[in-house]
Amino acid sequence: MIRAWLHQHWHALILTIKRLLSAPVTNLLSILVMGIAISLPVGVLTLMENLHTISGQISISPQISLFLKQHATQDDIDHIRTKLEENKLVARYQFVSKDQALYQLQLDNGLSEAVHNLVHNPLPDAFVVDIQDVSADVIDQLRADMQTWSAIEHAQFDSAWAKRLEALMNFSRMLVFVLLTLLSIAIVAVMFNTIRLQILTRQTEIEVSKLIGATDAFIRRPFLYFGALQGFAGGITAWLIITFVLQILNDELQAIAGLYAMDLQLHTTGYGDTLSLLLFTTWLGWLGARASVASHLWQIEPR
Amino acid sequence: MICGRLTPANLSTRYLIDNRLILIPISAMIQFRHVSKRFPDGYMALNNIDLNIEAGEMVFITGHSGAGKSTLLKLIAAIERPTSGSITINGQNIAQIKPAALPFLRRKIGFVFQDHKLLFDRTVFENVMLPLQINGFDQNTAASRIRAALDKVGLLGKENVLPITLSGGEQQRLCIARAVVHRPAILIADEPTGNLDSAYARDIMAMFFSFHQVGVTVLIATHDTGLLEDNKHRVIVLRQGKLTA
Repeated sequence: MIRAWLHQHWHALILTIKRLLSAPVTNLLSILVMGIAISLPVGVLTLMENLHTISGQISISPQISLFLKQHATQDDIDHIRTKLEENKLVARYQFVSKDQALYQLQLDNGLSEAVHNLVHNPLPDAFVVDIQDVSADVIDQLRADMQTWSAIEHAQFDSAWAKRLEALMNFSRMLVFVLLTLLSIAIVAVMFNTIRLQILTRQTEIEVSKLIGATDAFIRRPFLYFGALQGFAGGITAWLIITFVLQILNDELQAIAGLYAMDLQLHTTGYGDTLSLLLFTTWLGWLGARASVASHLWQIEPR
Repeated sequence: MICGRLTPANLSTRYLIDNRLILIPISAMIQFRHVSKRFPDGYMALNNIDLNIEAGEMVFITGHSGAGKSTLLKLIAAIERPTSGSITINGQNIAQIKPAALPFLRRKIGFVFQDHKLLFDRTVFENVMLPLQINGFDQNTAASRIRAALDKVGLLGKENVLPITLSGGEQQRLCIARAVVHRPAILIADEPTGNLDSAYARDIMAMFFSFHQVGVTVLIATHDTGLLEDNKHRVIVLRQGKLTA
C-alpha cells in the first residue's frame, strides 16, 4: 500500500516537472513575477534586520550625558561625582575628561588633521551616566534636575533618538507585513488562475483518469505539486534577487562607510530565514493550487 | 476442511473442501433489476431492464442507434446513474455508490470508449501506463505489463509514437490495450468496430474473444450485425430502451 502510494507521488512529481519544462518561458516568467513580488517585502525586512543590528551596537539603555562648563574646577567635578554616587537612579557613570574626549575624537572619526590645528581644547569635561531602566518621564525629571546642578552646562538624555528609531522601525515593520500580506494574496490569486487554465487545457486527461478509476487525490496531486514547485522556485528567485541587490548595496555602502571610517556590512537572509522564505512561498503556491483545484475539478465529470 | 478460495471470482468461486474441489456458483457478475434511465430532458433511454450477466460470460448488446446501448454500458461503469431500479456488480449495489468508492469500482472495469478518449499529448506507452499509475504500479512491473498489452494488440513497435500518427484501427487497438492492461474482471466496449473495415473489425473481435477465453467478462455494444454471424455467444437486443430477446 505504502509502496503504491509512493509510486503515485513519484509519478505526479515527474509529470509536474515535465509540465514545467514543457512551457519553459511561461513558467519562468510566472516564477520571476512571484520572486519579484515576494523579494520586495522580504528584502525590506532583511534590510531592516541589518539596520536593527547596526542600531543595536549603539546602546539604547537610558543614558544621560552631563557636559560641564568650560571653567569647571576639580572641586566641581568631585561634587558632581558625590551627587551621582548618592543618587539611587544611577546605575553607573563614567567620567570623560576634556583631554580624553579630544584624544577619542582624534582616534574615532579620522579628524586628526582638524583637531591638530586647534589652538586650545574646545571640549568640556563630561559624565556619561547610565540610568536604571525606568520610565522616560522619570528620566526626563532626573535630567531636568541635573541641569540645575552647579557647573553643569548641559544635561542631555541620549536615548531619545534611539527610542524614536525604535518606534520608526516598528512602524516600518508593520508596513512591510501589510505589504507582505497583500503580495502573498496576489501570489495565491495568480497561482489560482494558472491552475485554472491548466485544468481547462487538461480536461480530457482529467475525464479519462476519472473514467479509469483515478481518485480525486490522484487527479489533484500533479496540480498541487505544480503549485508547490513553482512557489519553491519563486522563493529561490526572491532569495537570489535579495542577495544580489544587497551585494550591490554593500559595494556602495562600503564606499560611504569608508569615508566615516566605519565597518558596515549588509548581510543577506540567514539559514533559518531563507528556509522560512522557501517554505512560505512553497506553501503559497500549494495554497493557490489547492483552492483552484477545489473550485474547478468537480465541474469536470465524465458524461 | 475448507482451505479457502483458490481463484479470483472470475468464473465461479472455488473452494477446496476435504481435498475435493467444490465449485460454488456465485450470483451474477452484473445484475440489473427494474432499471430505468430517464434523462433530464425527459428522454427515456432505458425502460425497466432486468438483466443477469454471469462472471466470465461474453455478451453482445445490439440495437438501432439511440436504443440505449451506450447508456446501459455507462450505467455499469457508474458514468450515468439510473433513475430507478438497482444495479449490482460483484454483489455491490452501484445505484447508490458513494463518490469515494467510485474509483475502486471503475478499476475493476476496462472500458473501450466509442470516441477512444486517448491522450494526444502522450506517447502510446504513456497512454497505456495511465491505468497502472492510477493503480500505483512500480515502473518495472508497469513497463512489462504495458509491453505485454501492446504486444497483444500488435502495437509493440509503436511504443514511443504519439497517438495522432496512428490509423483509426490502431487507435482502437491502443484503446483496448489501455482497457486491459490492469487486468480488469469486466471488459466493456462501446462500438469497438465503429468505423473500421471488416478485416480490421474481425481482428478486433478476435482480441475480445481471447480476453473472454482467459475468464474476463466481456460486454460489447455494436450495431454491426455482420459481426454476429456464426456467433455462439449471448446477444441482447435493445429496442427503444427495452429488452426484446
